[in-house]
Formats: sequence, structure tokens, C-alpha cells
Amino acid sequence: MSYPAGTIVRNNTAARINHWITGGCFTLLVLSGLSMFHPMLFFLSELFGGGQWTRAVHPWFGVLLTVSYAGLIVQFWRDNLWSWDDIAWMAKIDRVLLNEEEGVPEVARFNAGQKFVFWSMALLVPVLFFTGLGIWEVYFAAFTSIEQQRIAVLIHSLAAVAAIMIWIVHVYAAIWVQGSVKAMTQGYVTPGWAWRHHRKWLRRLAATGSNPPAPGAGTELRR
Amino acid sequence: MADLQSQDYIRRSASTLTPPSVRNHDQEVAKLIDVSRCIGCKACQSACMEWNNLRPEIGHFEGAYDNPADLGPSVWTLMRFTEHENEEKNLEWLIRKDGCMHCEDPGCLKACPAPGAIVQYANGIVDFVSENCIGCGYCVKGCPFDIPRVNPVDHKSYKCTLCSDRVGVGLEPACVKACPTGAIMFGSKADMTDWGGERVEELKSRGFANAGLYDPQGVGGTHVMYVLHHADKPSLYAGLPENPRISSFVGLWKGIAKPLGLAAIGFTALAGFFHWIVAGPNEVQPEDDLEADHLLHGHDDGTPGFDDHRDAAE
Repeated sequence: MSYPAGTIVRNNTAARINHWITGGCFTLLVLSGLSMFHPMLFFLSELFGGGQWTRAVHPWFGVLLTVSYAGLIVQFWRDNLWSWDDIAWMAKIDRVLLNEEEGVPEVARFNAGQKFVFWSMALLVPVLFFTGLGIWEVYFAAFTSIEQQRIAVLIHSLAAVAAIMIWIVHVYAAIWVQGSVKAMTQGYVTPGWAWRHHRKWLRRLAATGSNPPAPGAGTELRR
Repeated sequence: MADLQSQDYIRRSASTLTPPSVRNHDQEVAKLIDVSRCIGCKACQSACMEWNNLRPEIGHFEGAYDNPADLGPSVWTLMRFTEHENEEKNLEWLIRKDGCMHCEDPGCLKACPAPGAIVQYANGIVDFVSENCIGCGYCVKGCPFDIPRVNPVDHKSYKCTLCSDRVGVGLEPACVKACPTGAIMFGSKADMTDWGGERVEELKSRGFANAGLYDPQGVGGTHVMYVLHHADKPSLYAGLPENPRISSFVGLWKGIAKPLGLAAIGFTALAGFFHWIVAGPNEVQPEDDLEADHLLHGHDDGTPGFDDHRDAAE
């Protein structure tokens, strides 16, 4: 696998495959889950071969997503560790939103918004997984009381709504910040993109000559 | 079970529109189970199996008269036996015919996500339409009486239909027909309430001061009612709920969470759209490329630039 000359590797092949398995599962989970959440969206169950199939397949997408997201956590947790810079960046979020980034603190591999998406999902995916097990009628109904199932299904639906909202933010941000989609499809970005959006990351890459994007690439500088 | 009367629904699961309901002159019906007259013969269970063609698997003796041990996908009614020692240290054998109560406000129907899988007819009967059932088990969570059972083989949920197929053609339910002591009566809800009241008076005159009619208002009343000698303590009768109501967790989930959840999702998407309209895309500018180029290649002191390290990655 090669990248165009003069570009910077943002996400390696493993990360991209891992990401899109997760993204595919999430999309299927949204469609099948919403069909069972609101009557007006029940028509979505036809995408999966009807209500019975939707009910049967939804939990398996969930299992796959949980495994897949665990992979993303392993690959990305280090670059998503929270730092004081993130607070400063959040304080200037209004400038960021208006595309006027003069005076906004420089960002390393991920900005505070990306970290928020990452850690929110790191919390919500296990919540959805375990509450989902509790209401997986076919295999696990016998292991939970009906009252536990009632609580589980309520938490499951609320957590799913939260996850979908974060997912929309994630997808929109990728479209908004032009060049991000390519970073996750082809895997590379231009140096100009890195300068504009992740300057601290670029500086570290330049200073250390690291072959990105190993986790924590460029962190040598901090020592 | 049977989707026979498509024009007299008053409630239809997972439906946002008013169901067909022109035949709304139907009288509300009710089954009255007089526990004080029950002798525990299980004729009702047999009649239910026979009429509905149900043959539950032969189980094991569980140390009680209950047979089978629990309701199931093919056990829609079950005599539950309780040995109760009263204040005079006398044994009372409390026998309650368990099964769907056909709530006026059915929790199963409220919880069901499949359009038309659970319906309520104008006469009050709550029916499962198997064809539309998706086997999710939400009805189990919605029911305050622990009645529906999902069949692991066909993934459909089952329960007593109050013999809606018989009632639809003017017959009484099979269990009513079979009861040898008149402990199970069937008629209009008004008539059954009156008759239950008479029975309660009679029981009171015989010393059961707390006798009463079980028609719990927490679920809007039920279309299966009990005459109990100890109406002050329904839980004596194999755990009959004291004050059944749809769980507030289910109420939240199927109430405010649905519209609010969709609104929140829709609002997030709209916020993204309008951000695009207002702020537009964040694009790399020529000066960004220049700055980056300067950073990567503009080393005047002879230290290696970025490109010197970079292989044809991977």
C-alpha cells in the first residue's frame, strides 16, 4: 500500500478497515434499532427482511460493533488522552465553529471534539452492549428479571439516542473539515491539512521524523 | 392470535394513526373468575388446550398441584395453588386461574414495537396477531402481570385470547363453557361487575369481611376480574399484584423518550445542516500549504526535514 508523494499518513490500513467495520455496523444498528424504537420508522425493518429478521440480526451487529470498537480503542486511546490544551481549545470553540482559527490553540493528532466523540462512544458502546444483552430475548431473557429488562431497555434506548447524536456530529464534522473523509478512506492528508487542523501533530512529525501514524507518534518531544 | 375483526380495533400496537373503529357500539365484555367457587379441577385448562389446539410438553412434578409449573407459549391459562394458613390457623386452599387479564390499558400493547402485532377490540379483548409479531419480548416487559411468553421455536409471543374467535361469533370462552361450578362467568363488563358485587356481598355475609372484586384501576380496569375472599391481600393468591400498573420505566421508554429521542436526533442533523449554511466547509488555504512546506522543507540549519525520513510508507 503506497500513498501519494508528499502526503502524510493519517490512518493506516488496519485503522481504516477497523473504522469502517465499526461505521458499517453502527449504520446498520441505527437503521434496525430505530425501526424498533419508533412506529413511524418501522418501515426500516424492511431493509433487513422484515421485523423478525431485524429483531434477530440487530444484536449480532451489536456484538460485531463492540468487538470492532474495542479495536479502535486499542489503536486510538493514546492520542485521545485528555490534556489541558483541550480545555483551552474548547474555550475557543466558537472561533473553531466559524472557521476563524486565528488564536485557537494548536491541536495534536486529535482535537477536543474528536476526543469527546471517541470517549463518549467508548462509554456508550459498552453500555449499549450490556443493556442489549439483558434484552436479547432469544439467549439472555432467562438470566434477567423482567424489572431488570425494563430498566435495560430504557437505558439502551436513551444511550442509543445519545450515540446517534454523537455519530451525526462525527459524520458532519468529517464533511465540514474538508479532507477528513479522505484521511479515513485513502488514509492520507496533505501537509497543508495537517498544518491547518493538527499543527502540533505536524510539528512533532517534522521534528522527530516519525513514520506516522503509530500511536503516540511524536510524543518523544514531550519527554 | 386471530386477526378476525379488523374493523373494531380501539387500540393497535405501534400505530400513530387511529385504527379502524366504526363498529364501536360493541359492549365491553368481561370474564369473572370467582376464586371462592373454584375447586381446582383444571377443566378450564383442558378446555383451553382443546379449543386452542395447544399441547404443552409434558413437564416434571415440581412438588405442587400446579401443572404445568408455569404459563408458557402453549399454556395460556394455569391454576395456581396456594396453601394459606389464616388467622385461625386453618388451612385455606386458594386456587387462582392465572392468565391474561385483558387490561383496559394494556402494557403489552404499549410496549410492542411491531405495528398491529397487538390489538384491542372494542369489546375490550387484547389479542396478539402472530403474523405481525417480531419476537422481541417487549410485551413481556410491558405486562404488569407476567403473562406473555415468547416461543423459542417460532419467536412469537403467546397468551390467552379470551377466545376472541369464539366471542366474535357469540360464544363464551372455552374455559367458561367447561367450568363445572360456575366459578368462571362471562358477559358484559357491567353485568359481571354486578354479579361480582353480589358474590362479594354473599362472601361477606359468610364471614369473609375483606372479600372484594379485583378490577385493578391502575391499568384502567381489566376484562378478566376476580372475586377474592381476601381482596385486601391479592398477593396471597400466588403473587397477584396488589396495585398493578404499567412500569414507569416502560412509561418513560414508550412515552416521552420516543418523540424526544427522535426530536433530539433530528435537531442534531438540522444543526449540522445549518452550520454548513452559515459557516460552510473548513478548507485548507494556500497559505496553510506554504506554512507546512516551510515547516517540512525549510530547514536552513541542515537538520533533516520530514521528507528525509519518509519512506514510501507501508
